[in-house]
Amino acid sequence: MADLRNDLAGIKSPNPFWLASAPPTNSGYQVMRAFEAGWGGVVWKTLGDPIVNVTSRFAGLNWKQNPLIGLNNIELITDRPLDENLKEIRECKKAFPDRAIVGSLMEVPVREKWHELVKAVQNAGVDGFELNFGCPHGMSERGMGSAVGQQPDLIEMVTSYAVEATELPVIVKLTPNITDIRHCARAAARGGAAAVSMINTINSLIGVDLETWNPIPHVDGKSSHGGYCGPAVKPIALNMVNECARDAEVPIPISGIGGISNWQDAVEFLLLGATNVQVCTAVMHHGFRIVEDMTDGLNNYLDSRGIETASELIGAAQNRITTWENLNLNYKIVAEIDQATCIHCSKCYIACEDAAHQCIDRNVVDGTAMLVVDADHCVGCNLCMMVCPVEDCITMAEIETGLPPQTWKQRTAALASTT
Amino acid sequence: MATLEPVGALALPEVPQLGEPIHKPLSDLEVKLEANRCLYCYDAPCMRACPTHIDVASFIGKIATGNLKGSARVILEANPLGASCARVCPTEELCEGACVYKKDDTPIRIGDLQRYAVDYVRNNGIDLFTPGRPSGRRVAVVGGGPAGLSAARDLRLFGHAVTIFEAREQLNGLNTYGIVPFRLDYDVALWEAQQVVNLGVEVRAKTQIGVDVSFETLSQDFDAVIVACGMGNVPKLGIPGENLSGVWDALDFIQRAKLGKSLGNLGNHVAVIGAGNTAIDALTCAKRLGAERVTMYYRRGEDQMTAYEFEYEFAKQEGIEFRFFCAPVKIVGEGHVSAVEFVRTEIPKSAGKQSPIQVAGSEFVEMVETVIRAIGQTRLRDVFSAAGIETVDGVVKVDEQLRTTREGVWAAGDCIFAKGMREAMVVEAAEQGKIVARSVDAFLGAAH
Repeated sequence: MADLRNDLAGIKSPNPFWLASAPPTNSGYQVMRAFEAGWGGVVWKTLGDPIVNVTSRFAGLNWKQNPLIGLNNIELITDRPLDENLKEIRECKKAFPDRAIVGSLMEVPVREKWHELVKAVQNAGVDGFELNFGCPHGMSERGMGSAVGQQPDLIEMVTSYAVEATELPVIVKLTPNITDIRHCARAAARGGAAAVSMINTINSLIGVDLETWNPIPHVDGKSSHGGYCGPAVKPIALNMVNECARDAEVPIPISGIGGISNWQDAVEFLLLGATNVQVCTAVMHHGFRIVEDMTDGLNNYLDSRGIETASELIGAAQNRITTWENLNLNYKIVAEIDQATCIHCSKCYIACEDAAHQCIDRNVVDGTAMLVVDADHCVGCNLCMMVCPVEDCITMAEIETGLPPQTWKQRTAALASTT
Repeated sequence: MATLEPVGALALPEVPQLGEPIHKPLSDLEVKLEANRCLYCYDAPCMRACPTHIDVASFIGKIATGNLKGSARVILEANPLGASCARVCPTEELCEGACVYKKDDTPIRIGDLQRYAVDYVRNNGIDLFTPGRPSGRRVAVVGGGPAGLSAARDLRLFGHAVTIFEAREQLNGLNTYGIVPFRLDYDVALWEAQQVVNLGVEVRAKTQIGVDVSFETLSQDFDAVIVACGMGNVPKLGIPGENLSGVWDALDFIQRAKLGKSLGNLGNHVAVIGAGNTAIDALTCAKRLGAERVTMYYRRGEDQMTAYEFEYEFAKQEGIEFRFFCAPVKIVGEGHVSAVEFVRTEIPKSAGKQSPIQVAGSEFVEMVETVIRAIGQTRLRDVFSAAGIETVDGVVKVDEQLRTTREGVWAAGDCIFAKGMREAMVVEAAEQGKIVARSVDAFLGAAH
């Protein structure tokens, strides 16, 4: 049994799996259920001035018959009175003292209002705060959420409002709806944040109903852009987490958020620089019970690799990401098709023929299409492997070029020195 | 020539369903899951395996995008008999047998998906095709079964006027009359025929060539004649007692059952002689009509049965009994069948394909009240000789373009199926209808 205990900027939890501030953490009832299921921590549904919500609020992106590869929402922060939320936070903390409860906060950028809110929530017994500078819909129109998160100077200022009112760790949750998230993370660090969490949801529209031409979701025939999350956003989140993890001006831990559905996703976030992860869409899809396999799977993974603590994963592969100019131009791989497992669907052939470099030869023998890679011309792009429906049927094999590694940077430098 | 009423105007008889259909249609959810499971192979093996080369990946992809009308168009463009083929094709041997998933997973349920797409246009009354610009040429099609309908459909798309001469009351041949209703509904077969008729095909039903109209009249009145008259009745067994009541031709038997006509009292034990797909239909039909015991008797072994494996399995599940290596020698009874005397048979051990021989002294008697012979079909030699077209063993001789030996006369369907060659399947007949239509069209074009 590996040690899964987690410490994010002093906020301790028995495992690195937290619930993100979202519908699953809306009430004490839900948080109790989540803790019973095994979640290590929760970030409570954002507290602030209670709002009024609309119906409907969510829409899912389905791919073929797979529902919810993406989820869009136009729900706002808590619609329940602050006192009610604080009472429930107290009860949850009492029932589960070993779990982390983080209070997510949203307020207009006024110092006194922030002080008041921070102190009230601190009194309920939270372990830390997360400032919601990410919510991209509704609240941003009122000068909150991503309206703050899109301006580094505002991020720094408002972060400092919260930080100066408490001794507890303050996490700043960032919006991805910006050009370079590092500027926002740096501002949070300058403002005194103990950690950053990312990503909040991405501006999105799910679609239009082809019968009625109503947007999806719609409120009495109209809609506004919502926030997009779920498995489809994971690659965007991973990149942003990693960019901040490698940035010297972001010397604080990162709580990774964005499309994490299982322990494998979580391991990837940790390896690329996150200290823990937050989950929402997968729970909205399947319920709190998914945490059981998240902890079990992570445990078995660590045991199988002889790793004693989950925290050893944090950032372990983050520096394998670099800039393009540092990649080895002399590394060469080519595709190989295993004839024993090939099912002759010709997906690789048509993909290479129409969309890559015409490097798969196809010969129909006795009615069966035989597919062979032209290794001399294969550029090693991976496309054929990606479209192949049979696992490990197409693999990419390294070819010895006999050339020493050379990056673009080295190549251009060498060319410059010869002229 | 008086124009007859279109066949669709004829009243549908109230036909019994003879129990649950073998294959129920897929639910909407099953269809979505299955359509999305399809890999959308390039130059897909299923398409190659289909005698009519339906672009299966394309029609399934269209189901997945909700384009059911487009899906049905892809199917029916390639195969005018797409509705019946979805139900009667031996898909395990054809498209589904070729599916790339067969190796490691379950093949895509292509037949069921095809049925779903075609049922969509059937249930919603959607017309997919319009006749071509009138060419002024006239084609006679002798026989309104699958091959004749397929040819007529494409000839109408080419713009030629088409008249179908059909001996029976209804079109679509064995689809209508010869396939058990729990495999293919009567109304599906007639709907399919109606789609062809709706393109402006003149139908002369209950009109036999050589009886009601001479072949020479056809050849004079039309620019081209296509012979697609299929085959005849099941031949006699050639043993004593065949004229007793209770002895049936399997096709007559199935037809009567399908149309809800009386078959009298089948008794407790029904014997079916033969081991092909029609035999299976007769066996299962008799069982579903209430016979307590239904037994198949075959002069060869299980391995030599010509019925498809899945048909054999189906018959087993229906409670049919099987007796191999025995042949009937005498049907016994006074007025009505009461027993059949059989003799054991064996296949000589010597090399080569051998006919079974009877084992002397091995006779045994089975008490049966009904005997159904299902040992193939006769050839319509009289029709062919009257038409002046050459045959080989009763099979009309055609070239690759399905031209007979007589100028201006083509042939397609069961009447050109030679034993040991391609199988007599609806889907083969459909493909031949397409080929013959193209061949006739080329001839008429050149003759302009």
